[in-house]
Amino acid sequence: MNTLIRKLVVQVDETHREMGRAVSPPTRRALAIAVIHNPYAGRFEENLDALIAIGEELGGLLGQRCVQALGIAPEQAQSYGKAAIVGEAGELEHAAAILHPKLGAPLRVAVAKGAALVPSAKKQGGLGTAIDVPLGHKDAAFVRSHFDAIEARVADAPRADEIVVAVAVTDSGRPLARVGGLQHHDIKGEDGLR
Amino acid sequence: MNLIDVRRIQTSVEDIFHEGGPRAEVPLRRGSIAAVLTNPYAGRFEPDILPMMAALNPLGLDMARQLLKAMDVPVARIEGYGKGAIIGSAGELEHGALWHVPGGYAMRELLGWQGDAEAYKRGESSGGGADARRAVPEGIDPPRGADQAQPGPRGAQLGNALAIVPSTKKVGAPGTTLDVPLTHINASYVRSHFDAMEVRVAGHPRPDELVLILAMSCGARVHARVGGLAADKIAKWDGLR
Repeated sequence: MNTLIRKLVVQVDETHREMGRAVSPPTRRALAIAVIHNPYAGRFEENLDALIAIGEELGGLLGQRCVQALGIAPEQAQSYGKAAIVGEAGELEHAAAILHPKLGAPLRVAVAKGAALVPSAKKQGGLGTAIDVPLGHKDAAFVRSHFDAIEARVADAPRADEIVVAVAVTDSGRPLARVGGLQHHDIKGEDGLR
Repeated sequence: MNLIDVRRIQTSVEDIFHEGGPRAEVPLRRGSIAAVLTNPYAGRFEPDILPMMAALNPLGLDMARQLLKAMDVPVARIEGYGKGAIIGSAGELEHGALWHVPGGYAMRELLGWQGDAEAYKRGESSGGGADARRAVPEGIDPPRGADQAQPGPRGAQLGNALAIVPSTKKVGAPGTTLDVPLTHINASYVRSHFDAMEVRVAGHPRPDELVLILAMSCGARVHARVGGLAADKIAKWDGLR
């Protein structure tokens, strides 16, 4: 692995009750976060290939960590998302280089299929900055019950020359989802939308 | 009971000139609008919350228009959009989901979408594909880019705002920030336009409030250079590519 990882954080968030109602089975969302060194910190670099390669490594690693943490088979994953926070000596485009060119393919292997776009967010920030990682259904972006977000935060990162990279995977939609729209069990899962 | 009680509206517009690299000829303008509303369902479990979804439609349109006005650009300059919701502590995450349809519909309507609004509300339409090829009614300006659109396997662009509006939502305390994702209005996979805007209303949401947010941008990230689908190479007009 070429990525210089300082820290790896894995969280699972289970909701058992919401507004006094039981959620059964509980909805579950996993989050895997890597704190990595930014090889381009402190200067403007035209070519960002090293970060693109890091994105490819992290897509597989973080996706697998999420699936493992949920204790599910890849086919049981239902929604996903990704995000990055660039430390102050870096540039927003460094987040784009990690997230967009190559992170998706190995993540889709980790969750089996993944016909839909992986929704994303990016920003710059200091230690303890939180980012809201958008979540959308992995095979049909229009499944309304699965639009969600999960907050990712590492207390001591990113330092100026670091990047926080987060991947989220769920095996469920929102708790008590009831605003209609396309349902998980009605999708075709071919065009990534429905 | 009146379901829509707006307590506060906050708009924010920013210009990004550069980020350590070459100075942009035209700075990137991004804007957001946040409405603070009373949450009529706070403090209890209300099984049927759909009446508020319908009631939010006029507010959504009004917010989209106000945001465009604050950004002070012609509608054709809008290239990216996103939306979000923050729910006060006496509410439920699902209350934020009420914003998906009215928030998305509002910006798409403003930007010249020609899809089937009723199908959209049922969750059956993205506005891409067949919807995108519906005829443009008289009295509506031709959508931006229609003249230079390259017909792809699924035809040329005849509508605008074809792409799904990306979103985030969370339950939070007063002053909570939300990262609102942004993507290209006509093709979700346009890599240069993936972005996010941090939105925060100091002092809100209180426990019985909702903060509902729309965001729009006028272009790519200021130093976009990681390849992928470019906005001038959109060919399928299916909302994705």
